[in-house]
Amino acid sequence: MLGLDTVDLARLQFATTVMYHIIFLALSIGLATYLAFLEGMWLKTGNRIYLGIYHYWLPHFAVNYAAGVVSGVIMAFEFGTNWSVFSSKAGGISGVLLTYEVVTAFFLEAGFFGIMMFGEGRVSRKVHYFATCMVALGAYISTFWILASNSWMQTPAGYAFEDGRIIPEDWWEVIFNPSQPFRFVHMSLAALIATAFVVAGVAAWHLYRNHQDAVARRMFSMALWMLTFVVPLQIVAGDVHGLNTLEHQPAKVAAMEAYWKNEPEREGMPMVVLAWPDPHLEKNLFSLEIPRLSSLYLTHSLTGKIQGLEQWAEDERPYVPLVFYAFRLMVYLGFAMLGLVALSLWMRKRKQLYESRWFLILMMLATPIGVVAIEAGWVTTEAGRQPWIIYGLLRTVDGVSPFSVATLVTSLVGLWGIYTLIFFIGAYFFVKLVRPTPESILSDKEDYDEAREQSLPRHPFSRRSHRNP
Amino acid sequence: MDNELFPIIWFGLIGLALIIYVILDGYSLGIGILFPFIKGAEQRGVMLTTASPFWDGNQTWLVLSVAGLYGTFPLVYSSLLPAMYLPLILMLMCLFFRGMTFEFRSKASSHRSFDIGFCIVTTAVAFLQGMIVGSVIAGVGTDDGNFAENVLSAFSWFGLCTGIALVIGYALLGAAWLVIKTEGQLQKIFYRLIRPLMILFFLAMLAVVAITPLVNQLIAERWAKWPNLLWLGITAVIMMILAIMTIRSATRRHEKRIFIQIGVMFVLGLVGLVASLYPVMLPPDITLWDAASSRSSQQFLLVGYATLLPITLGYTAYSYWLFRGKVHESEE
Repeated sequence: MLGLDTVDLARLQFATTVMYHIIFLALSIGLATYLAFLEGMWLKTGNRIYLGIYHYWLPHFAVNYAAGVVSGVIMAFEFGTNWSVFSSKAGGISGVLLTYEVVTAFFLEAGFFGIMMFGEGRVSRKVHYFATCMVALGAYISTFWILASNSWMQTPAGYAFEDGRIIPEDWWEVIFNPSQPFRFVHMSLAALIATAFVVAGVAAWHLYRNHQDAVARRMFSMALWMLTFVVPLQIVAGDVHGLNTLEHQPAKVAAMEAYWKNEPEREGMPMVVLAWPDPHLEKNLFSLEIPRLSSLYLTHSLTGKIQGLEQWAEDERPYVPLVFYAFRLMVYLGFAMLGLVALSLWMRKRKQLYESRWFLILMMLATPIGVVAIEAGWVTTEAGRQPWIIYGLLRTVDGVSPFSVATLVTSLVGLWGIYTLIFFIGAYFFVKLVRPTPESILSDKEDYDEAREQSLPRHPFSRRSHRNP
Repeated sequence: MDNELFPIIWFGLIGLALIIYVILDGYSLGIGILFPFIKGAEQRGVMLTTASPFWDGNQTWLVLSVAGLYGTFPLVYSSLLPAMYLPLILMLMCLFFRGMTFEFRSKASSHRSFDIGFCIVTTAVAFLQGMIVGSVIAGVGTDDGNFAENVLSAFSWFGLCTGIALVIGYALLGAAWLVIKTEGQLQKIFYRLIRPLMILFFLAMLAVVAITPLVNQLIAERWAKWPNLLWLGITAVIMMILAIMTIRSATRRHEKRIFIQIGVMFVLGLVGLVASLYPVMLPPDITLWDAASSRSSQQFLLVGYATLLPITLGYTAYSYWLFRGKVHESEE
């Protein structure tokens, strides 16, 4: 198909499954955290506005969580179906980490998800809150293990070879391999950011229609405070992760920056803002550069150097244009987020946060920004690992299952079909679920007044009726 | 010597996870298979609601079995999955749709298309799972490693029989579950379904047992030997007794007993199958010793498994206890 060979097709299939999966995962991690925070605030203050926002986002969490689970099941099988040689050689490590994810996280989430969704009224408030917290905890534990597995493929450690198989020697080193902590922090923060932008976008839409909506105001404000703290933190985390990548996967960094030549005489590395990298001519056909900036962020000095791609044989380099552009996209979106955060602070100071129509439109447009940045980041790191499936140990071409092109095309078309179908049904329900105004979630006048006055309730846990969406 | 103990322990643990999966997800899938017998959209909603707090946890046992296989017997994982590529991908797509139906249906204004879809995909999942087991017993596609040329060989005649048998079996589990969770007219329908489904299931199992020796040489030789023949006979008699007891429980309206009796039949059937093949894990000739991952892998995983599985079973049981009792139409 289109000149793609079986390795390309197997990669394409796996990549689309993972890229699809990660949207739901990122939003489930973020929403689970958000819901746990909201329920905790409700229990602490008794203000039902938090419970209202909780119920507003609970169905979204349910859909994302379910989609994340079912697309995750596909992944658990695809290691074996598509990468049988890899899984037979490295199953003793990769499979063990995956199983730990199942026993520590999946069951925890699944067990308490039912209580979280359907348990209100059946269990006490504290038990329900505990269930919400366990679901959120499960999301992070799951992230921890799957990133241990992925990071081990990026920066393998604690292994030995035995009869052609890769076997574990030191589990501590396998799990906390050199890039694992960095990737875990970077991904967790990314999930929080992506979710906060979705929440802020939905709130902005409602504020655009009615800027008096007290619940939407609270949602918007909370999401923007979250972003104010997390976006700068993420930029620092990304920078530290970059240093780690430079240490362990310098070829990936050279591709991210589109550096082809080793230039020892040059004073500091420029940052390539835009370029047209050509892998055959081994140079950038066009480039726009800012002197010394890369040295500053890659080595934290103005004269630091990194190796050019010519350092590696042609068949040991990743496909540069993809890695370069994906990385640019992620970084530029990251700084756009920082800009939005700065704007929001300024708006807050001028007390126009909820009224300024252009800022609300900007935030609506920014709804998917976090998710797109996550996709770009994953393309950077995964395409940048190529041509290795386990960095430096096993090539991707050597890890694949021996299928025919026809078989792979059939399954690819089938999977894409169902992904597209579910995507459209999901988008339809997303719109349907965000259509009711946040304020309508508080059916009771007393709740409503509380929300307006932002005061503490007169009767904190009174049995007032509330509409369950 | 104890070096060789780990693969046996893991063989048992993965078998246990698989049995739990078959029984738990069997009833969840059975609900969809039984949809054509129920006319009203509200009543189908009740049927779905009986499983909505549980379907995700039930499905996780499949992920546990597969991931466990990957970690502890990578060779079986990496031979079985590509050999069964097309049916597996098809099954995964159906499972995807099944999971989404649970979340989308209640939010939709029209339930009809979701109901039809749900029935088709759950029946397909049951059939494909049965078919995969049948094809594995028959050893198709896995014997020479060159499955690339004939992925369609995963669909076999024997697989067709086992597929149909499992659809009936899951429908039976579904009916038994729904007898526990529903009441009134609806419950009566499921009570009435137990007897015909049980008779069909028993006949299907007999057919499968009769054909098995024809497609698997190893099983044919083993079953023909004394005292294995005696064990086979005893198992058949117990199965027969259980089938009759189940039908009697249905006529006497013993709600919970039916599910337990059918569950025991499933356990017995799976244990019988595994015992007939042991120590072969993947016919025709991959044994658990060949396929085992390194001792370090199996040992490390056992620590986590031994501490966490009891806790998992604990809160799973708590969740079932919490959502015990009948589901009423208003709860949908």
